[in-house]
Amino acid sequence: MPDTLVALYVFVLSCFIGYWVIWGVTPSLHTPLVALTNAISGIIIVGALLVTGLESVGTAAEIFGFIAVLLASINVFGGFLVTNRMLAMFKKKDK
Amino acid sequence: MEISANTQSIAYLISAVLFILALKGLTHPASARRGNYLGMIGMAIAILATLLGSEVQSYGFIIAGVAAGALIGFVVASRVEMTAMPQLVAALHSFVGMAAVLVAIGTYLNHDAAGTLNPVMMGELSAGIIIGAITFSGSVVAFAKLQGLVSGAPVKFKGQHMLNAAIAVATVLLGIHFGMTESMTSLVLMTLLAFILGFTLIIPIGGADMPVIISMLNSYSGWAAAATGFTLGNLLLIIVGALVGFSGAILSFIMCRAMNRSIINVVFGGFGSESGGEASAVGQAAQKGVKSASVDDAIYWMEDAGKVIIVPGYGMAVAQAQHALKEMMELLEDRNVEVKFAIHPVAGRMPGHMNVLLAEADIPYDHVQEMDEINPEFPTADVTLVVGANDVVNPAAKSDSSSPIYGMPILDASKSRQVYFLKRSMSPGYSGVDNLLFYQDNTSLIFGDAKDTIEGMVSALKGGGH
Repeated sequence: MPDTLVALYVFVLSCFIGYWVIWGVTPSLHTPLVALTNAISGIIIVGALLVTGLESVGTAAEIFGFIAVLLASINVFGGFLVTNRMLAMFKKKDK
Repeated sequence: MEISANTQSIAYLISAVLFILALKGLTHPASARRGNYLGMIGMAIAILATLLGSEVQSYGFIIAGVAAGALIGFVVASRVEMTAMPQLVAALHSFVGMAAVLVAIGTYLNHDAAGTLNPVMMGELSAGIIIGAITFSGSVVAFAKLQGLVSGAPVKFKGQHMLNAAIAVATVLLGIHFGMTESMTSLVLMTLLAFILGFTLIIPIGGADMPVIISMLNSYSGWAAAATGFTLGNLLLIIVGALVGFSGAILSFIMCRAMNRSIINVVFGGFGSESGGEASAVGQAAQKGVKSASVDDAIYWMEDAGKVIIVPGYGMAVAQAQHALKEMMELLEDRNVEVKFAIHPVAGRMPGHMNVLLAEADIPYDHVQEMDEINPEFPTADVTLVVGANDVVNPAAKSDSSSPIYGMPILDASKSRQVYFLKRSMSPGYSGVDNLLFYQDNTSLIFGDAKDTIEGMVSALKGGGH
């Protein structure tokens, strides 16, 4: 099976996992869900690293890659931290 | 140390599993934080595995980028106000979009230099760029609207849909041309048009539809990551992209369902200024006029009530009334009044917005209930206090088939014994629809700033009540 088809298999099956998992999320945590998926979509940093870190990378690609790494890092660090901050506020009645 | 491609693939798999578990953690507030930590571990594994792989050889730019990004991320995330969460999320979405565009162009440049471009890859590249660019500029517009940099009102002009369609077709055609000819000009033009398209798609959408738009852009940012995964042949990006893409899509669906509108209607329609006219139920009721009440009137009913339900809306966020509400809740509970909060899915500017603000004010989450849970309880409530919400409690959605919001699921506030509406003025809600509930016999309006009014109630309760 060609690589692109393997990728398609993985993509379609992941969509099903996403569907089932997300429907299970409680509505009260929808804002943290958006923030967490935001942090997770910072995974694009992997693509940015692969572009930037190539041994034979040209200057233009290197600059584009650098900016992409920067933006994706803001997402990763900012996203997880802000999600954590929000989730820390959700408390049960402690009396 | 350099790891083999197989080791890297295993690491990516572990990371993907951790991300799925992270999302699964959000099933309940009690497991949510652990979920977030699993996500962090997953991300750390993915980044390490990439850095240690054979593809990454030069580290200078990477270290600089990650260090600067981490610093900015930490500062922003630790300082942002909870009320500004919708803006922050919009800004972060735009970064994912822009990163996807840059990665795709960088990949093109690298492969162009190495002479390894092929049509399939260029098709995937184009998809990544188009989705990424729309995500970027759309999120920038959403950010500007939420931050108040531009008016939140819908911007509409004649021929808007035709213009959008024309830009979309041109963008795709340029993408195809690029795939066939490797023309750099087509690539650049396609990218520019996609940026413009994101702008023109979001500009006509009004502030109160933001929960849908935030969810939709959340979804796009996922699809952008997935498209990048296809380009790079990276399965982890594809898995994560699909998870995020579906998350946003489901949230969009839930938000649309809560407004009884289709996503097409939200994106292309928007509420007009159509009115039901004098013959409608609202028109007739309006002739009766509204009753206004004072803080003392409301306290009189609330202090001896068995149950009080509070319905917060965007107005609560604007007035920052959540902390005062928490104080009032405690004072009422001291008098053995049961206090609950009722949340409509589209209250606020993003999904779950109210829950976060109430949690910020230390209101326990077991006091906060969703629409389906709380609706059967309204008939047993002595007082319902509506704080900065409007359309979500409008009975016209059930009874008036000429109303633009007819069919929208609402909170049954009208069924409680007494309804007090905290309002700034008599202006209608976002939909431009007058609220039937205002004119109901058991409804009274308390005019003024929501926070001031609640604080007034707090001091009245502290002073021994009525």
